[in-house]
Amino acid sequence: MIGLILLFLVLPTLIVVGISLGTASYIEFPPAALSLRWYQAYFNDPTWMAATFFSLKIALATTATSIVVGTLAAIALVRGNLPGKHIIQALVLGPLIIPHIVFGVALYLVFAPLRLTGNFAGFLVAHTVLAVPYVVISVMAALQRFDVSLELAALSCGANRAQTFCYVVLPNILPAIATGAVFAFLSSFDEATVAFFLSDVGGKTISSKMFKDIDFNLTPVIAAISTMLVAVSFLLMGLIHQARHR
Amino acid sequence: MAMAKISRPAVKNRSATHRVSQSAGHYSPAMALALLSPLLVLLLLGFILPIAYLVRLSLFSPHLDFSSYRRLFEEPLYFEVMLRTAKVALAVMTASLLLGYPIAYVMARTKGRLASAVTACVLIALWSPVLVRSYAFIVLLQRNGVINRLVKETGITETGFRLLHTEGAVMLAMTHVLMPFMILPIFAALRSIPLDYVQAARNLGAGPVTAFLRMTFPLSLPGVFAGCVMCFILALGFYVTPALIGGPGTLMAATLIGQQVTVLLDWPFAAALATILLLLTLVLVLVFRRAFATNRGFQGVN
Repeated sequence: MIGLILLFLVLPTLIVVGISLGTASYIEFPPAALSLRWYQAYFNDPTWMAATFFSLKIALATTATSIVVGTLAAIALVRGNLPGKHIIQALVLGPLIIPHIVFGVALYLVFAPLRLTGNFAGFLVAHTVLAVPYVVISVMAALQRFDVSLELAALSCGANRAQTFCYVVLPNILPAIATGAVFAFLSSFDEATVAFFLSDVGGKTISSKMFKDIDFNLTPVIAAISTMLVAVSFLLMGLIHQARHR
Repeated sequence: MAMAKISRPAVKNRSATHRVSQSAGHYSPAMALALLSPLLVLLLLGFILPIAYLVRLSLFSPHLDFSSYRRLFEEPLYFEVMLRTAKVALAVMTASLLLGYPIAYVMARTKGRLASAVTACVLIALWSPVLVRSYAFIVLLQRNGVINRLVKETGITETGFRLLHTEGAVMLAMTHVLMPFMILPIFAALRSIPLDYVQAARNLGAGPVTAFLRMTFPLSLPGVFAGCVMCFILALGFYVTPALIGGPGTLMAATLIGQQVTVLLDWPFAAALATILLLLTLVLVLVFRRAFATNRGFQGVN
């Protein structure tokens, strides 16, 4: 029973990896012979490459922006004397709860007339909104665990706020920022629904291109790309897991 | 929060001890607001404003009228879509619970190789992108897909079954995507139950089944509750999987919204549908806020 459920959980991923290694020009599972031809096809296709680099650019920029904006906000929310903190906290978590279809449609409505579809800036705003809650939650948790008296000690020894942050707080919350960064990166890189609405001929992310291609043309190239996406996810998540267990 | 009431130290009093004792490590409201402002600007322009536009579009086109909302309740097709969405979400939630609970139990109550293997399987599912999993289910379920070829080889049927584009297929794929969101909170709840409790029940003469039913299961209910709410809410707004795996006969709320925008270009109606979906989600979140306090959809397996 347990075995069957576990099989159900891992089967889709295993199948995708299997198909990506096949040689036939149609979907073949299990593959009769192994080859990397579909990976080659991916790397030789300029449209896939363009989508990949566009995605990477957006995901990296989203991660950087989310880290800065999210960490500052987390500090304010945990250490600040601010009335209405809970309302702001709820607002920050909003993007985690809202159905992506609603957000995607709303953004398209506002961005299309501003020519922000298929555009780096438009994607950056959309993906940062979706990614920043991960950084805020993660850093807030770390700040709550971190003893305020250490900050006070630094302050009373004559350090200013900026020095206290850089030498005392930052090294302690760095693992939490890293965790938030991985979640932010993956949430941007894997996000398909909002990207589907924000993409156009001028620019589409790898997941929005995949979304459209799966609907029209189910080639094994998609399996190869899927396998690489899975590998990236596993690698990054594995790193966090490792870091947290040390 | 007595600390919050203490005012900012006067500028003249900058001696270290004074500053420390008075501010107690807290940032003043002005400073906190400054730190928050980049996020608030981002959320205002990139989140609140677009949503407000969407809601306004559903109500004013260009004058206040509720025709888009009326249409939703008057045309049976759309009402049916809403009912189907709720039904599929409930079914997916139930399936995730029934399949997920035993997995969470094994994760929490066993040690060594078995526990790591089970955890690894759950994480493999969780960390595979949703699109990738949808692709896999299409490959598995299509007319000449993996399952149908196996069926044909065994000679049960010549033509194979129609599996893809059915409601069952949508439920299966969505259950796969949402099961980890059920397993992780239940796992967390089970792990927080001290083993002594179960031991005590056993010492008092309860069999393993009674101990589970009367001790472990009731104590794990907060996790079950959190997982169910998470699954249900996520299922209601799911777009990618139903759009790829469902067919015209299995239209759900999110796919209907997508269709109105991309195919029919009926913006006010799409906006009304989106507003209703949004309101429904918000109401559920507010009613079941407790579930979100314990589970933020983020806690990995530690």
